Amino acid sequence: MSLDRSQQLELYSRMLRIRRFEEAIVAHYPVGHLSIGQEGAIVGACMALRDDDYVTGTHRSHGHPIGKGAAINPLMAEIFGKRTGICKGLGGSMHLTDTSLGLICESAIVGGGFPLATGAGLSIQVRKSDQVSLCFFGDGAANQGTFGESINMAAIWKLPVIYFCENNGYAVTTSVAASHGQPDIARRADGYGIPGVIVDGQDADAVYEVTQAAVDRARAGEGPTLIEAKTYRFDEHSNRLAIPIRYRSDEEIAFHRNERDPITLYRARLVAGGLAAEVEAIEAEVTCIMADAVQFAKDSPEPELSDLTDNMFSNPINFPVTREGIFGDA
Amino acid sequence: MAQMNMIQALNSALDVMMERDPKVLTFGEDVGYFGGVFRVTDGLQKKYGLKRCFDTPIAEGGIVGVAVGMGAYGLRPVAEIQFADYIYPGLDQIISEAARLRYRTAGEFTSPITIRSPYGGGIYGGQTHSQSPEAIFTHVAGLKTVIPSTPYDAKGLLISAIEDDDPVMFFEPKRIYNGPFDGNHSRPVTPWAKHPASEVPEGHYSIPLGKAAVVREGGAVTVLAYGTMVHVAIGAAEATGIDAEVVDLRTIWPVDIETIEASVKKTGRCVIVHEATRTSGFGAELSALVQERCFYHLEAPIERVTGFDTPYPHSFEWNYFPGPIRVGSALRRVMEA
Ligand SMILES: Cc1ncc(C[n+]2csc(CCOP(=O)(O)OP(=O)(O)O)c2C)c(N)n1
Ligand SMILES: [Mg+2]
Repeated sequence: MSLDRSQQLELYSRMLRIRRFEEAIVAHYPVGHLSIGQEGAIVGACMALRDDDYVTGTHRSHGHPIGKGAAINPLMAEIFGKRTGICKGLGGSMHLTDTSLGLICESAIVGGGFPLATGAGLSIQVRKSDQVSLCFFGDGAANQGTFGESINMAAIWKLPVIYFCENNGYAVTTSVAASHGQPDIARRADGYGIPGVIVDGQDADAVYEVTQAAVDRARAGEGPTLIEAKTYRFDEHSNRLAIPIRYRSDEEIAFHRNERDPITLYRARLVAGGLAAEVEAIEAEVTCIMADAVQFAKDSPEPELSDLTDNMFSNPINFPVTREGIFGDA
Repeated sequence: MAQMNMIQALNSALDVMMERDPKVLTFGEDVGYFGGVFRVTDGLQKKYGLKRCFDTPIAEGGIVGVAVGMGAYGLRPVAEIQFADYIYPGLDQIISEAARLRYRTAGEFTSPITIRSPYGGGIYGGQTHSQSPEAIFTHVAGLKTVIPSTPYDAKGLLISAIEDDDPVMFFEPKRIYNGPFDGNHSRPVTPWAKHPASEVPEGHYSIPLGKAAVVREGGAVTVLAYGTMVHVAIGAAEATGIDAEVVDLRTIWPVDIETIEASVKKTGRCVIVHEATRTSGFGAELSALVQERCFYHLEAPIERVTGFDTPYPHSFEWNYFPGPIRVGSALRRVMEA
């Protein structure tokens, strides 16, 4: 199955929203782990999902909600630490989400998402819903124990989960070659008795197609799939971490930026398909969305100290406990 | 002597120990080729080779567990956990294996491992890059927990930790890696070079575990602190003009109760400062010990200045961080009581 033209335009728009969102962050509030270069994998996968399907993400958290179609303003406000942010400004760059679109707030703990996504899949199964759960994770995360623990559970219980690896070749400075027994994470699927698929993560349509097949399989009750999208991170691990050594060559980076940019590649495909005018309209629209979002974030109020405690418990018993309240000496 | 910041002092401690003892080796995420995200292991792989300073996969349980195994069979490993916030996947190996190995083998096996990890806030790191989990480890029987506050102490204490035959948790206050910080975040950062404790011997020396240091003498109130908070406490004492005695615990467990007791008996007042969440924080243990030992000398209730019982928020960095204003008002409150 492949996407129709309007879906392809939506895919392009979401990829561009991720890119422009992160460029705006770099310009205005430079914190965070950027997904630039990985938009094709993220959005290609999300296009196979319905709004009510579940997603868990990672520390590299901007792309996943935007890929799922989230409104931009609350995400930008969260980055700026404002009260209108999705976590009232208390979560920040590594925890973007949009719960209305089935995202569980992203955890910055590497490997933290596997069991959550698996539990979401189990919830779907127990409730006899036809949703699916998609777990984004990095190549580095595949080495956490939670990876094997979770996939095995999903396999034996035939859970509707798609484990989706954004393999960008590195975990901070440590390459896949230096930290994995063999380079293809998808091959591990065989050990759990589930399908494992490798796809070019810079080709968003190809990513969509393999993800759609995994989603169909999951909805049909046939169990989980492990997808590995080979992709690349264009920027440094985090723009707060200076890395004064070379762990990947300038040629390698230049090759991916120049030849393998998922947005450039997709744009060329759309233009060749006669959609130049639509593409340009999207580009103008996305520019406006980001300018508005930055203004919205700047104009938004700061959080209030009481916001810190409001969401600690659903049922705050004897909380706060200290004589002076939770803020004690503050 | 050489001038070192805390990162260089820690690097020097590792270098000295790896040079002296072929059984010492170090590893962790991005520790080998890169030299660590904070550069503490910079240059060690080049000098000592891939077998003694190396990268691991992202697997904290595995990192700690292999350290325990190496320690049981003849080596003296120093494992790095990239941020203290990532130590939780390793807790089972720390608590169930490292801390218990000696006891359950009647002393046959030991766990002479050191687990280093940067901790603490004041760096705009939010909920997964700012935590202070030290009290989790002081609560586990069988572990020693060390937190330095200067380059000189960092090197001497890390050497002692590595030489110790028991498992040592070594938490590094990352906010003061590059310079002391008294909590006045709007002032420019001062480098370690201006601080006397940045004069560090290049060779081997050690600071005994379990010995606190009185870093500011005073007669009116005792402040118990460690890590970054030592500098905040000194700054607050100076800003308020209160004659506070600041005790830098250095080893938080086993704690130097004699030094604490002598100081509190002298001053009759006690303020405890830490960045960690308040409830069941290490301040609770200190407070209990002080009242057990010094109750009849106390002239005011013991005060705790701590992080809040919430995750470390993205906004409100300087409300959550127990800065000089909060420490100063606690000092005034105990003086007025
Ligand atoms: C449990 C845990 N260990 C270590 C880290 C520090 N850390 C953050 S991202 C990262 C690398 C992750 O690599 P990968 O899974 O490939 O994701 P990528 O950053 O490449 O998107 C590391 C080591 C963490 N956040 N959580
Ligand atoms: Mg990666």
